[in-house]
Amino acid sequence: MEDLLRNIGLITGGVVGFAAIFLIIYALINRLPRGVREKFQAVPFIIFALIFAIGGLMVSAVRTAIASVLDDTGKKFVGLGNYREIWNELDSRLAVVNSFVWVFVGTSITVGIGLLIARFADGMRGERIAKTLIFLPVAISLVGAGITWRFIYAEKGFSFDAGLLNAVVRAAHLPNSMGGGPEGRNWLLERGFGGLTPPSWAPGFNTLLLIVIFIWAQIGIATVVLSAAIKGVPQELLEAAVIDGATSNETFVKVTIPYIKGTIATVTSLVALGSLKAFDTVAAATGGRFGTSTIANEFFVKFFVQDRNGVAAALAMVLFVLCFPIVVWNRRVQRRVEETN
Amino acid sequence: MSETAGLKRVRQRRVKESMGTSIAASAHTRSGRILVWMLALLWTVPTFGVFVSSFRPEADVKSTGWWTFFLHPTHFTFSNYNSVLSTGPGSDGLSHFLLNSFRITIPSVIISVGVAALAAYGFSWIEFKGRDWLYSLILAMLIVPLQMCLIPILRFFTGGMHIGSTTIFPYLHLDSSVVAVWIAHSIFGLPFSIFLMKNFIGALPREIIEAARVDGASHLTTFTKLVIPLSVPSIASVAIFQFVYIWNDYLVGVVFGGSKNTPIIAKMVEVTGSRGQSWHLLTAAGFVSMVVPVAVFLAMQRFFVRGLLAGSVKG
Repeated sequence: MEDLLRNIGLITGGVVGFAAIFLIIYALINRLPRGVREKFQAVPFIIFALIFAIGGLMVSAVRTAIASVLDDTGKKFVGLGNYREIWNELDSRLAVVNSFVWVFVGTSITVGIGLLIARFADGMRGERIAKTLIFLPVAISLVGAGITWRFIYAEKGFSFDAGLLNAVVRAAHLPNSMGGGPEGRNWLLERGFGGLTPPSWAPGFNTLLLIVIFIWAQIGIATVVLSAAIKGVPQELLEAAVIDGATSNETFVKVTIPYIKGTIATVTSLVALGSLKAFDTVAAATGGRFGTSTIANEFFVKFFVQDRNGVAAALAMVLFVLCFPIVVWNRRVQRRVEETN
Repeated sequence: MSETAGLKRVRQRRVKESMGTSIAASAHTRSGRILVWMLALLWTVPTFGVFVSSFRPEADVKSTGWWTFFLHPTHFTFSNYNSVLSTGPGSDGLSHFLLNSFRITIPSVIISVGVAALAAYGFSWIEFKGRDWLYSLILAMLIVPLQMCLIPILRFFTGGMHIGSTTIFPYLHLDSSVVAVWIAHSIFGLPFSIFLMKNFIGALPREIIEAARVDGASHLTTFTKLVIPLSVPSIASVAIFQFVYIWNDYLVGVVFGGSKNTPIIAKMVEVTGSRGQSWHLLTAAGFVSMVVPVAVFLAMQRFFVRGLLAGSVKG
């Protein structure tokens, strides 16, 4: 009870504090002489945003960029040494390769299935319920999702019998190499699958299983946004196509998809950026062990576990550099869409 | 087969009725419908499994799959929830961490929505030099991944800001404090919140704002008495978005809050990390941690979806 009251006090204090700072600045500006005052009217409104964006984000980004070419103590210039180390060290290189797989596999499946659901759910009875069920995992944390899925991939460590996937695979009589043996399979630990073992620099099957968690958790966003876009396609266009004798599939491919191209690009880049920064899922499911690390996870490990400041900064830079083409691509598609309208 | 037959029927009806009702009917063939419901079902299985597990005794959770519960429905217990929600000393109680999550999330949401609303008003309705340029600068921060800013902001909280030996900002002793988490969350969510709110607030009818200004209302009055009440849908959508995002966050909470502010999400990772012992508790804890954002989302679904759609779908 006391704890609760203290928390309420803290919350109120925090909020009142911010309001007070705003009002003080506002009052000060209004005491200035008229001519000067006009020029500074915007200050109390935008000052916090500017401090947060410039002081918090921009300056920090520059500092990280600088730190990435310095050694771990931040004193000695090492050029591209940290970047070279990321590539030369097996673990971090695998993390980079894994991240590429996350972006391509995760994004294409998420957007693809999202589009499929959005299309077939459109106008069907119970559309809202079905879409809500598919959307719900979005409201669940990625950590929660990682834990939830450990009950599906459950490993021998705590009891492989408790895992749904092992039960399904055994019921389907899949061969030993696919986990159908009497022993079951430690899904998140084993990298090979179906007799194939990936080389140490390549992503394993367990990385794909982690991506499945991400897809499960993110598909709702893609579905909802795409669904709204599909509903926005003008009736006249669709009816014209139908009257011309186009089948439902042809109408969808030739009319709907081109019309919602801009939205598809936005959703694709949102999901791609999300999968590039995959950290929570990995942290909760494997902690990045068994060759499942990603750039974002490696960043965390390098900085907080291994105290490698320079390398961590370089990993953050790699993340930034990989975000860039995604954003640029989205801008280009949007511009083209605006031009054609 | 039935798909084409259905289509033909739909098409004939379309042509007969010509213009009018939704053409969407043509897409919901039976196979499409079955596919959607199968996926919807599949999508609920993982969460349902955790839900069922959370009512099973420890020994059962660890030895058999949750679906076997239905073979022995008498093996039912509230003890997982009891231990998770208990507050006694030395208990496994996670309610403390649940409370931490509220303590982190609520002020962070209020601060970031407040800062974003103020900025959205400033950038939309106050004329000043360099306005568009500054706004673009804030938007440009959308592409900077959180990881790039994490360490420098952490350094700021653990020692102020210095260039060489010159102190630009003093050390505020905010490391591992909940205030640091609030500010960090507000910083990271800012570009997106401003983007969404500026779209809305900037699109309010010019005549209304100008009429208020001509009548002598100050910017503060216009903002609080006019813009805020008119922007409730936008404020709600950004607030819900931020709430779900911050509640579900792991990285920021664990990096800035220190051990005494650990949110429930971070605590769950800690418990999973400690191998095996507490899986039965994790089910209940996991479910409790999901209930809050899911309830917020379901209650405010309309706003949430609208917030997601802002700027990405036209008309």
